[in-house]
Amino acid sequence: MSDHIPASDPDSPVITEESLKHNRGFVQRLTTSVNWRTGILIPLLSVITALAIGLVIIVLSGSSFSEALEAYGALLQGSVGSIKAISETLTAATPLILVGLSVAIAFRAGLFNIGAEGQMAIGGMCAVFAGFTFVGLPLLVHLPLAILAGIIGGAIWGFIPGILKAKTGAHEVIVTIMLNYIAILFVGYLLKTSLFQREGRTDPVSKNIEGSSALPQLLDWINPSMRIHAGLIIALLAAAFIHWLLFRTTVGFEFRAVGANPAAARYAGMSVARVYVMVMVIAGALAGLAGGGQVLGVLERVTPGFTAGIGFDGIAVALLGRSNPAGVVAAAVLFGGLRAGGQQMQVSTDVGIDLISVIQALIIIFVAAPTLISSIYRLKAPAASMQISKGWAS
Amino acid sequence: MTAAVESYEVTGRKSKILSRSQIRKARISGIALFLMAAVIMLVFVPAVSGVSTFGISTVTDFIQLSPISVPSAGSLWILAGVLAFLGTSQFMRGFQTKTTIFLGIGFFVFVLAMMVWASSGQQFSLVSMLTATVARSTPIALGALSGILCERSGVVNIGIEGMLLGGAFTGVVMGSLLGGWIGLVAATLTGGILALLLAVLSVNFRVDQIIIGVVINILVLGLTSFLTSQLLLKNPSLNDAPIFPSIKIPVLGDIPIIGPMFFNQTVIVYGMFLLVGLTTFFLFRTRWGLRTRSVGENPKAADSLGISVAKVRYLAVVYGGMVGGFAGAWFTLGTVGRFDEGMTGGRGFIGLAAMIFGGWNPIGAFLASLVFGFSDSLQQKFAVLETPIPTEFLAMAPYLVTIIVVAGLVGRARPPAADGQPFEKQ
Repeated sequence: MSDHIPASDPDSPVITEESLKHNRGFVQRLTTSVNWRTGILIPLLSVITALAIGLVIIVLSGSSFSEALEAYGALLQGSVGSIKAISETLTAATPLILVGLSVAIAFRAGLFNIGAEGQMAIGGMCAVFAGFTFVGLPLLVHLPLAILAGIIGGAIWGFIPGILKAKTGAHEVIVTIMLNYIAILFVGYLLKTSLFQREGRTDPVSKNIEGSSALPQLLDWINPSMRIHAGLIIALLAAAFIHWLLFRTTVGFEFRAVGANPAAARYAGMSVARVYVMVMVIAGALAGLAGGGQVLGVLERVTPGFTAGIGFDGIAVALLGRSNPAGVVAAAVLFGGLRAGGQQMQVSTDVGIDLISVIQALIIIFVAAPTLISSIYRLKAPAASMQISKGWAS
Repeated sequence: MTAAVESYEVTGRKSKILSRSQIRKARISGIALFLMAAVIMLVFVPAVSGVSTFGISTVTDFIQLSPISVPSAGSLWILAGVLAFLGTSQFMRGFQTKTTIFLGIGFFVFVLAMMVWASSGQQFSLVSMLTATVARSTPIALGALSGILCERSGVVNIGIEGMLLGGAFTGVVMGSLLGGWIGLVAATLTGGILALLLAVLSVNFRVDQIIIGVVINILVLGLTSFLTSQLLLKNPSLNDAPIFPSIKIPVLGDIPIIGPMFFNQTVIVYGMFLLVGLTTFFLFRTRWGLRTRSVGENPKAADSLGISVAKVRYLAVVYGGMVGGFAGAWFTLGTVGRFDEGMTGGRGFIGLAAMIFGGWNPIGAFLASLVFGFSDSLQQKFAVLETPIPTEFLAMAPYLVTIIVVAGLVGRARPPAADGQPFEKQ
């Protein structure tokens, strides 16, 4: 579909690591200039500012200031206050790492994957299906099979916007959002079919997975209520893999070249359409793995809404982590802490967990507009803002 | 010299690929039409018996028209025949440039067949469905209008969903406290404030517009859900607003079918008609409209002519945001009078698709939103008629239509040239 010009054409601009660094595209500003200011200070100040505004919102919604402080105390207690709290934080961080990577790798290629939520849902459905269908398999066969099912489910759901973008130019933002709604409705339907619904139940709840497909718990020997599971290791391996893919392989180089400048990448002989499809498949696979991990490691079954907005949190994770795998892991742990602490806050102080979404949205604003933070704290030389939009038809 | 030869080669190859892909497109669409005919003959026909009755007037209408009854099986055979004929012609020689139109006609015939099938042996109130179509297309049309205003000035607005939700929330709270009209004003202002955020961040701070839009959506969803649990659940009186009644316009409201569709609706629907007209006038007949469009097409040229790009964008975005907030009031003050978390259900994004479908033109977007409103009200009707199609699949219809529209038309509809690009004054 793209005009194919041989890469050996001497007149075509040569795209190198060096030229990618000098390109002032979104991805580059996000990543190549990771110094302590853009990589650490601005994100840190963004988080602090967002938390401060969150405090104001609690007070405005009718609580006293001391109640608000108490809520934040519970937030801290619930995220890092004990080994149990840290286990909860890392449990919540596990899927966030994966959906963060999903959004991040799409960002790298100049795509905005808002569909991680739907990809997670489909991945989770496939994983739970593999988890309860096969009986009597050993763990070493069953668990990889169930994980693979999750990956494939998510990849299929990611393939749709990828191929539509490549073939018709349909904007991935709208397609992925529509696919989120379709996925949620589809899960709701499947959970009422005899294939998925647990025997003797009238409400939509799936069968439980077999023990042989469950991700092993890591710390249940200390305390059985520690929910941290082997999915964390898989998520960290995935982060390492994505880092290798992006920065050590030709494919990853193509992804970044297309993200920096699709026209130049096309002129240099890369198939932009193929990159779009590949990136969306990988992004979908990562989100599907996140859904599968939730089902196999934490939930053991699927209920409507089991994705719990984690896919949308992935956007905040990827932006805060500057689309860098290591940054994504750090951001996911932070947001995992906010989630885990938010639960504690809701239980012990009556401040709703939806506040966490507000804080996350504020963090994205500040990270995306570093000039805002620079001017609030009177830092010198405002950093450039991000830019990924390429209009509707690109 | 080599460049010239090369471009010749490229274009030569390209035109060949194009014609091959055209043939393939003709084959695929021909098969699609055939499949629709097959579904009618194999699925619908065996399931029907007796007659399908379509009601074309409601009991309160001034002029009563008797319902139309058609034999179900016979009409289905005719409709299937039409589809099979279209499919054959398309498969054999193709309609070339008219393919999309004929696919559209084919799809319409299929929808008719579905209605005959669903209403077999029952009465299907056509007029109430069409009335619901207009009502349900209202937030979509207004959302599209909001998008058009922003994008004509070169600012992509993905945050329409958030503006709808924000408007719905403040609409119900202020409506419960001070009455529907104040609620409507509050909803409109909420949209304006959210748009101001979009304007400040995109114009002054030059942040990526799609990111801001997504942030607005997450922010408003989080904030309204938080405030629902903190405020509305504790004070149910804050979540109980009066609903605007349908106002029948004298004489015009008595016209059969068209009367209830267009002239017996709530003020919000009338507001939508008014805004569609006003925005068309504003964009294409006033100096500000010309300036807005020029800034959306070529901000540099506009700037060199002394137009303040920032000022024009602020005005267009805030006006667009207010339209979005007004649309949000439809969800609470226009229908149920209470707020539920995430109740807009993606209508803002469907509005964006309607904007693209309508070619960034207010009237086009209104017509496009009627298509979405139709699929929305059709699935509601089908759910009531208890067809064997699972409700989940019916509910997918508007979302699927959105994907088809975005995938099928985005290449042909042309967005404003500077859409999404921040402007930096040199």
